[in-house]
Amino acid sequence: MTYDIIFSGFGGQGALFAGQLLAYAAMDAGRFVTWIPSYGPEMRGGTAHCTVIISEEEIGSPLVRNPSTVIALNNPSAEKYEPLLATNGYLFYNSSLVSHPFTRRNIHALAIPGSTAAAELGHAKLLNMVLLGAMLAYVPVLPLEAVEQALDNHIPARRRELLEANKLALRKGIELAQRAVQIPA
Amino acid sequence: MTKELLKGNVAIAEAAVRAGVEAYFGYPITPQTELLEHMSKRMPELGRAFVQAESEVAAINMVYGAASTGKRVMTSSSSPGVSLMQEGLSYIAGSEVPSVIVDVMRGGPGLGNIAPSQSDYFQMVKMAGHGDYKQIVLAPATVQEAIDLTLLAFDLAEKYRTIATVLLDGNIGQLMEPAELPPMRELRQTPPDWAVSGAKGRKKNIISSIHLQPEELETFNHKLQAKLKLIAANEVRYKEYMIEGAELIVVGFGTAGRVAQTAVKLARAQGIPVGLLRPITLWPFPEERLSQLADEARGFLVVEMNAGQMIDDVKIAVAGQCPVEFYGRTGGVVPLPDEVLATIAKLDQATLPANRVAALNG
Amino acid sequence: MTTTPVEQLVYQRPAALSEVHTHYCPGCTHGVAHRLVAEVIDELGIRENTIGVAPVGCSVFCYNYFEVDFVEAAHGRAPAMATGIKRVLPDRVVFTYQGDGDLASIGLAEIMHAALRGENLTVIFINNAIYGMTGGQMAPTTLPGMKTTSSPMGRDVETSGFPIRICELLATMDGATYIARRSLHNPTEIRKAKKAIKQAFENQLHGHGFSLVELLSSCPTNWDIPPAEALKWIEAQMVPVYPLDDFKSVKK
Repeated sequence: MTYDIIFSGFGGQGALFAGQLLAYAAMDAGRFVTWIPSYGPEMRGGTAHCTVIISEEEIGSPLVRNPSTVIALNNPSAEKYEPLLATNGYLFYNSSLVSHPFTRRNIHALAIPGSTAAAELGHAKLLNMVLLGAMLAYVPVLPLEAVEQALDNHIPARRRELLEANKLALRKGIELAQRAVQIPA
Repeated sequence: MTKELLKGNVAIAEAAVRAGVEAYFGYPITPQTELLEHMSKRMPELGRAFVQAESEVAAINMVYGAASTGKRVMTSSSSPGVSLMQEGLSYIAGSEVPSVIVDVMRGGPGLGNIAPSQSDYFQMVKMAGHGDYKQIVLAPATVQEAIDLTLLAFDLAEKYRTIATVLLDGNIGQLMEPAELPPMRELRQTPPDWAVSGAKGRKKNIISSIHLQPEELETFNHKLQAKLKLIAANEVRYKEYMIEGAELIVVGFGTAGRVAQTAVKLARAQGIPVGLLRPITLWPFPEERLSQLADEARGFLVVEMNAGQMIDDVKIAVAGQCPVEFYGRTGGVVPLPDEVLATIAKLDQATLPANRVAALNG
Repeated sequence: MTTTPVEQLVYQRPAALSEVHTHYCPGCTHGVAHRLVAEVIDELGIRENTIGVAPVGCSVFCYNYFEVDFVEAAHGRAPAMATGIKRVLPDRVVFTYQGDGDLASIGLAEIMHAALRGENLTVIFINNAIYGMTGGQMAPTTLPGMKTTSSPMGRDVETSGFPIRICELLATMDGATYIARRSLHNPTEIRKAKKAIKQAFENQLHGHGFSLVELLSSCPTNWDIPPAEALKWIEAQMVPVYPLDDFKSVKK
C-alpha cells in the first residue's frame, strides 16, 4: 500500500513540519518514505506545501499529480487541491479559516476547526498537529502511537516544551475528525 | 549505523565531511544553499577550512589552490554559479588536481528560476569549460545515492587525478529520505608526491596547465585522453528496472529517472513490455549497455527535465537501430508519472510490429 | 647555499632563484623583482616552506625562475588560489606574483576580497602601466594620455577612465596589514623595495595578515623606450601618479 499525502498552508502554519513528523514516523516504522517541499519564493510569505509518500515498496516519483490525501491549513490550499485530489480521496481542511465551498461529490472533505482547537489548547502552533491527528483517524497510514513516538524521538529541542501539548493536539484532532461533518455528507 | 531522515543537500555535505574533505569553498545560491550552510558549521567545528568566497569564480580557484596541495576539497553551486566556474574547471582539468564539484541544477537559461531542472547536462557532461577534457559526472536519484556518490566522487577524483562532479536537480537537493551516512574517515597525513607543499628535501613541484609548445601540449592531451579512456572503460554505472523482457526502454536520470520508474511500473501493470535504464554516471555514459538493449528493443523514450540533452547520447548508443523519442519538461516544471505513461503508451502503439497490430485488431 | 667567505663574495645567485635564463625582455625589471623576492626568501630561510602562485601575464613562467613549489593560476585568480593553499597549509609561506592587468583589472575582485578577509598572504604586484605579454595594450594602470596599442591616441580618461591606485585602495581595508609602493628605477629605490618585500614576508611569518608591495616597473619593449630612459620615465611619469610610500603598516 502506498500513501501520498500533501500538507499545505501559509508559511508558519507548520505544514512542512507536520509532513516531516509523519515521514520520521514512517522511517521509524521501517517504511520507504519521501518528503519533498515546495521551495523558493513560496516559502517566503506565501503558501508552502510538502508531499509525503509512504510505501512498503521502493518509491519512484516523489511527486504526484492526484494525491490521495490532502491537509489544507488555509483557503488557497483548499482551492488548489480540491480539484487535484484523487477520486475518493480525503481532504482535511482547517474550517476555522477555510471558506472555500467544496463542490466535488467524489471526495471526502472533512471540516476540522483546527485553529480554534489549537487556540483552546493554548498555542496557535498546534494547528498542524490537530489536522495531522484528524487525518490519522481516517487514513490508516500509521497508528497514532507511531506518530507520538516520532514526536518523542525527533521534535527539535527548541520546541520540546510543546511535546505534551503536541500529543494532546494529535488526540484532539482524532476526536474532532470522528465527529466532523463530511462533505458530501 | 542507523538511518536518518536527511535532506539531499545536507546529506551530500555531511557525506563529504565523512569522506574527509579538508576544505570547502562556495558562494550562496538557491537551491544548494543548505549544503554551504552545513559546511559553514561543520568545517570550523572540525578545524577544517571553510570560506564563503566573493564569487563562484573565486570559489573554484580556491578549490584549484587547495587541491594543488593534494587535500580533499570541494565546492558546490547551482547552474548559473557553475557557469561562472567553467574557467577554473578547465584549469583544474589541465593541471590534473583532484576536485569534487556539486551542481544542484535549477531552471535556465539566464537567471531562470530556482525550480528543479536538468538543463546543465550539456554544461557538465559536454562542455564544462574550454579545451578537450571530460569530467566524471555522477547523477544521484535518491538521498542514499547522493551520499554514496559523494564518497565515490572523492575516491574517483583522487584515483584518476580528475574532476568528479555530483549532478542533481533541485528536487534531489530538497528531498528528504531515510539514508545512512558512512563513518568518519581518517584524513590522509602525507601529501601525494605531485602536490605542492614546500620543496623540502625534494625537487620543486609545479602545478600548471600551460604547455606553450604545441607538440608538448599534444603529448599532454594524448596522456589526458588515455586517462579518460580508462575512466570510460572502468567507471560506467547505471541501474535497471523491469528491463527483463522489455521491448521499450525508457532512459532518464535523477528525478526524471524516478518519475519514469513509476511510469514504467504503471505501464507494466497495463501489459506494456517496458523497462527503465537510469544512468548513474552521465560521463562515462552507459553507451555499451544501451547499444546492447537497442539490438532487441522496439523503441527508446528519453525523459529529461530539459529540452532534450541526454537524448543525443542515447541516439549515439542506439545508432539508428530503432526510434528514440523524447519527453521533457523545462523551466523547472517536473514531469509527472501520468505524462510519461501516456508517452510510453504512444511509443508502444507506434512501434508495434504489424503482426501484433493485426492480432490486436483481430 | 655554499659557504663562501664574505670578503670573497662578489656575486651569488640566491638559492631560491633557478639557474635558468628568463624569457624577459632586455631592460625589463621583472628580473630585478624576482631577485629581490629570491634574496628575501633566502634570508628568511623559507625556501623549502614556500609556495608561489604565478599569474597570467609576462610573469606567467615565473615558476620556472624560483626554486620553490609553484602553482600557475588563471588570469587574475592568484589571490583566490593562494587563499585555497594557505587555508589548508597555514604553516607554509604563500605568495602571489601578479602584474597590473592580472591584479588590477581582471582580478580586482579576488585581490580586494583576499585583503578584506585578511588572508595571511604576501602579494608582489608589478605595475608597469601596460599589458606586456599580449603586446602593449592599455592597462588599468596606464597613465592618462599614454599611448598603447589599444589606446593609440593616448589614454582618453573620458572614454577609458583613470589609472587605478591599488595601494591607496587596499589600504582602506581592515584586513590589510602592510601596503607599500616602491619603485625599481634606481639602486636606492631597489634597496627600499627589498626592505618592503622582506617586511611583507615577515608579516606573513608573524601571522599578521595580508601584505602587498607594489613595484613600479619598466617595460622598454612596449613603452618603446630604451631601457635606461625607461627607468627615468618611471621616475618622471609614474611616480607622480603613483607616489612611493607605506600606505598602511599595522604593527601588531
